[in-house]
Amino acid sequence: MSWYLAMPLMTPVLTAVAAYLLRGSGIGRWVAVAGSALGLVFALMLMNQVIAAGVVTGQMSDWPAPFGITLIADLFSGIMVLLTAGVGLAVAVYACGEIDDDLEEMGFFAIFQLLLAGVTGAFLTGDLFNLYVWFEVLLISSFGLLILGGTRQQIDGAVKYVVLNLVSTIIFLCGLGLLYGATGTLNMADLRLAVDNSDQQGLVTVLSMFFLVAFAMKAAVFPLFFWLPASYHTPTSAVSAIFAGLLSKVGVYALFRTFTLIFDNDPAYTQPILYVAAALTMVTGILGALAQTDMRRVMSYQIVSSIGFLILGLAIGTPLALAGAIFYLVHNIIVKVNLFLVAGVATRLCGSSEMSRMGGVYKTAPLVALLFLVPAFTLAGFPPLTGFWAKVLLVQAALEAGNWGMVALVLIVSLLTIWSLMIVWARVFWAAHPEGLEPRTADLAPVRLHLLLPIAALGLASILIGLFPNGLIVLVQAAAAQLLDPQAYVDAVLGGAP
Amino acid sequence: MADHSEHPASFWTAASLLPPLIAAALFAVFTTFLPAVAAGETLRYAWGWIPALGVDFSFVIDGLSLTFSLLISGIGIAVMLFSGRYLAGHPQHGRFSLYLVSFMLAMLGLVLADNLLVLFVFWELTTITSFLLIGFSHGSEVSRRAALQALLVTGAGGLAMLAGFLLIGAETGTFELSALREMGDVLRDSPLYIPILILVLCGAFTKSAQFPFHFWLPNAMAAPTPVSAFLHSATMVKGGVYLLARMHPNLAGTNTWLWTLVIFGAFTTVFASIVALRQNDLKQTLAYTTLMALGALVLFLAAPGGYAVTAAATFLVVHSLYKAALFLTIGCVDHATGTRDARRLGGLARRMPLTALAGGLAALSMAGMVPFIGFIGKELLYKGGLESPASPIIVTGAIFAASALMFAVAGVVALRPFWGSDGKMPLLDRPIREAPLPMLAGPLVLGVLGLYFGLSPHGLQVHVTDPIVGAILGDPDMAKELYLWAGFNLALILSILTFATGVAIYVFQDRIRERIVAAESRLMNFDALWDRLLAAIGTGARVVTDLLQPGIASRYLMAVFTTITLLIGSAILIRGLDIGTVGLSGVDGVHVVVFGLTIAGTLLAVVTNSRIAAITGLGVTGTGVALVFIMFGAPDVAITQILVEMLIVVLFSVAALKLPTLPQRLPFFHRRAHAAVSIALGAIVAGVVIAVTSVPLDLRLTEFFEANSYPEAHGRNIVNVILVDFRAFDTFGEISVVAIAAISAYALLRQRKTKGSQ
Repeated sequence: MSWYLAMPLMTPVLTAVAAYLLRGSGIGRWVAVAGSALGLVFALMLMNQVIAAGVVTGQMSDWPAPFGITLIADLFSGIMVLLTAGVGLAVAVYACGEIDDDLEEMGFFAIFQLLLAGVTGAFLTGDLFNLYVWFEVLLISSFGLLILGGTRQQIDGAVKYVVLNLVSTIIFLCGLGLLYGATGTLNMADLRLAVDNSDQQGLVTVLSMFFLVAFAMKAAVFPLFFWLPASYHTPTSAVSAIFAGLLSKVGVYALFRTFTLIFDNDPAYTQPILYVAAALTMVTGILGALAQTDMRRVMSYQIVSSIGFLILGLAIGTPLALAGAIFYLVHNIIVKVNLFLVAGVATRLCGSSEMSRMGGVYKTAPLVALLFLVPAFTLAGFPPLTGFWAKVLLVQAALEAGNWGMVALVLIVSLLTIWSLMIVWARVFWAAHPEGLEPRTADLAPVRLHLLLPIAALGLASILIGLFPNGLIVLVQAAAAQLLDPQAYVDAVLGGAP
Repeated sequence: MADHSEHPASFWTAASLLPPLIAAALFAVFTTFLPAVAAGETLRYAWGWIPALGVDFSFVIDGLSLTFSLLISGIGIAVMLFSGRYLAGHPQHGRFSLYLVSFMLAMLGLVLADNLLVLFVFWELTTITSFLLIGFSHGSEVSRRAALQALLVTGAGGLAMLAGFLLIGAETGTFELSALREMGDVLRDSPLYIPILILVLCGAFTKSAQFPFHFWLPNAMAAPTPVSAFLHSATMVKGGVYLLARMHPNLAGTNTWLWTLVIFGAFTTVFASIVALRQNDLKQTLAYTTLMALGALVLFLAAPGGYAVTAAATFLVVHSLYKAALFLTIGCVDHATGTRDARRLGGLARRMPLTALAGGLAALSMAGMVPFIGFIGKELLYKGGLESPASPIIVTGAIFAASALMFAVAGVVALRPFWGSDGKMPLLDRPIREAPLPMLAGPLVLGVLGLYFGLSPHGLQVHVTDPIVGAILGDPDMAKELYLWAGFNLALILSILTFATGVAIYVFQDRIRERIVAAESRLMNFDALWDRLLAAIGTGARVVTDLLQPGIASRYLMAVFTTITLLIGSAILIRGLDIGTVGLSGVDGVHVVVFGLTIAGTLLAVVTNSRIAAITGLGVTGTGVALVFIMFGAPDVAITQILVEMLIVVLFSVAALKLPTLPQRLPFFHRRAHAAVSIALGAIVAGVVIAVTSVPLDLRLTEFFEANSYPEAHGRNIVNVILVDFRAFDTFGEISVVAIAAISAYALLRQRKTKGSQ
């Protein structure tokens, strides 16, 4: 088996164990940060290996595919693992400033690392049942983080979150059992061959809908996104941020993976569904953002809206569209984590995330205002930041596909996104604070570096990628090409001769 | 803007001095290109940037971009000197200078870019910096609203324009403007010409505030005066005009282009000059005269004639010079007197003679008086109008009306405040003094330049108008000469008539103003319409969101299950499902009992009102499933199932004792809907299961496990071997799940305990 694949996955697991054993000793949280840093190194090594080799695979316990469990990284997986490690490290540093000793004592850093492990596992597995297992790890660890230190509001959000996600899990499992019954295999590369060779194409399409619904729900696609805005604004900022960046993106990843690798047999049926879902997700998401009065809820709905852009890329399905969607994914993960972290700082300054109780941050804490403006303008799609190039690629893809309606929709939603962000900017940062609610910069002082350093780093990433986007564009184009022609993927798993 | 003269010494700071120095350095650099451009050269500089998208970081210096660059950096010197003194001591002066310099650089990038996407990058950067500058007085709701309005209006246009640019790229295969110049016919003959034109014009018209997108510009006057002078008159709003000039070789030359620009330009110019006369706030007056100028420039970029383009080029320079000077003059007046109200100002020439001189010079050029460059500009406008291929009467008529009104407005702006009666002047606790030198230097120089270029227009023609015409029309020989005295012709007659009409309007201005005010109240107010639009979107957003996200978990579940049912159901309907032959041949009595038990348990759980009964019903169902496992040869799975069922029933029953009774049952309609979805979904899943089981099972995996369990993995119990060896990795994941659940549960319990003890 390949150590390149195992290390990014095992590092957070071992870090979790160490962090749990050392909790309360004062160094547990720094062990978690060190573990995350190490994880980032391993993710970089994996990425390097994937770029050199194309596809990296490994068989767990050395049982050959399709009998054992396959771990596999192509460019798409490699990119996702790298992003997970990157934002994981940023949030781990932030959490050192935000999480108090009580939460650490309860095991915050351990569960946080296991969440990262679950996300990484989902990106690296080449086995559909194993993907289900990582989804469970994700679900239970995210539930743990949601209820930790639970206020009543938090528990309420967490219950909705877990109930709706369990439904998604059950549908996934149903689909999995049925698909195994129909094909006799769980290995994703092997499934591609089995589906291609199946004489029951209608049944495959029916079964694919189980996965579409299960993953779309994880991804927070309309009309399955209710759990997201119900819960993301309730926990601590570090938790919100990592959820915002990664959780729904795992669902998107699973959709991309399964609907390019396995269920690409019936685009005539799936494509219109994806188009409609993309359009409605974009629109309802941004309308939800405009209707909110709580800064963190605005941002939660913006996640939903951005998922629509990603699904649009899958719906169009051309190399350019998938490349644009993957670029958008990279952009969105960085920027969403960043926005939630800044929102956490603003909430800390103002003592509330309800915008009517916030204000005056631009005047009292100009650095925080600047650190908000960078991801805000990035998400708004202003050039030369990353959101702009993502938009250019997606609009280009929609234009090439002759899909004028979607072009118009993307542009209108982009405009509404600008508006929703600038409402936050105007109210929280520009407007004077409400009587007696002056931003308390003194509260920020002791943990200033922990909180602001990761925000600055993520902002810098958005700026640098935006200024020099060529490398990433080339990379996502190659990743999209791999997705659309999975022969190398299948050969790497099954050795070319199944 | 508040007065900060209590900190006179703080002019000597980096925030005050660096910006004008940067602008001056840039201006000096640009002047070195003048000889080459006058000689007809075009210089291009390019670096590879994003080869994957075919985007070079490329810039071009020709007549058009050099003139704009000189205007931007030159007026930048004046404005930044002014603002260094005007804002000295302001607590956010540093930020202001940063934004202003950033804006200037973005604007220079915009006009110098040779690649459409590079141009767009800078275009949006001017939008962002302009947003921050308009909202500079961020404590005021008016400023914030104006900033957001400008951002959204120009942002919307920008997005449309981006789509237009991407279409151009798709049609021609390039984003390089210098390559596109040669491909005008490709675009004009493309079936996408009209969409491209509309999208690009959306960008240009919003940026240059053409009617009906004009309303954001007067509101943008909420910015500090130097910002208004720089962005909203001399430079940024000309970005749209620049774009029209730059795209002229690619998109102009059709009737669509001609008439669109004529209609929008003519209407904007006349409309704006009428409304300008009506304003009392001198800054607002100047804002509307800016609209007038922008309309005129659009109007003259419509036609490809030599006079029209020469007129546009000349008027561009004329307007930038006098408008920046007037704005800064008004800024000086405001600074000294604390008001900009035309009705109250008067007699300032005695106390502020140099300010009066600067304002007077600029106003004379604005009024088009001999021998100022404004006169030459106006003559050219008339000549261009008379040769317009659209309709000489419309174009010339529009320019006549606008020029006459401008003449009167020039009087309002410069005559009354300085030489009018000072009877209504506000009483101040300090004497009204001449503006300080850094604030005066700019407007004085700009005003004098208007006179100098009028007396000696040849230099301007060689270095500016000829190269611009060359850049736009591709042939500098089409440029017309700039003369102060062009002989006795129709244009001169029109000029004389203009003066006469202008004087009349000035004399009767109060009566005309009343008429305009009366008419205005009956017309559509775009600014109020904007508010209504935003409010409507906001309301719509709330309605949709409340409908979708009422916060009730059962509704969410219903939506989710309905979606599943519809998606899988429609797949079955459209793609069909081969369920083979379903027979009841293998069914015996035991089966009937077990399945009957399972169904009965489910029904009990559904209909009961008691939690205990419901969990019992589910327990029965689970036991039934366990029996099924036994019947079909999986006793180990059955044992697990029974253990789990027992645990769940016991744990849940204990919990249920502490829970409140079930809430009231849902209304009948909801229950029926729930039942319908449940039954449909159940039937669908059953159908799919039957279809799947009718496919012969591929036993490769089972056979492999059977064959290798003992010899290779050394275990006799295949299930165990699968769990701990073949698929040990899954088990590893599941162990993590249990561990996390344990940690979380422990945390939750401890948390409740500590809370309870508090």
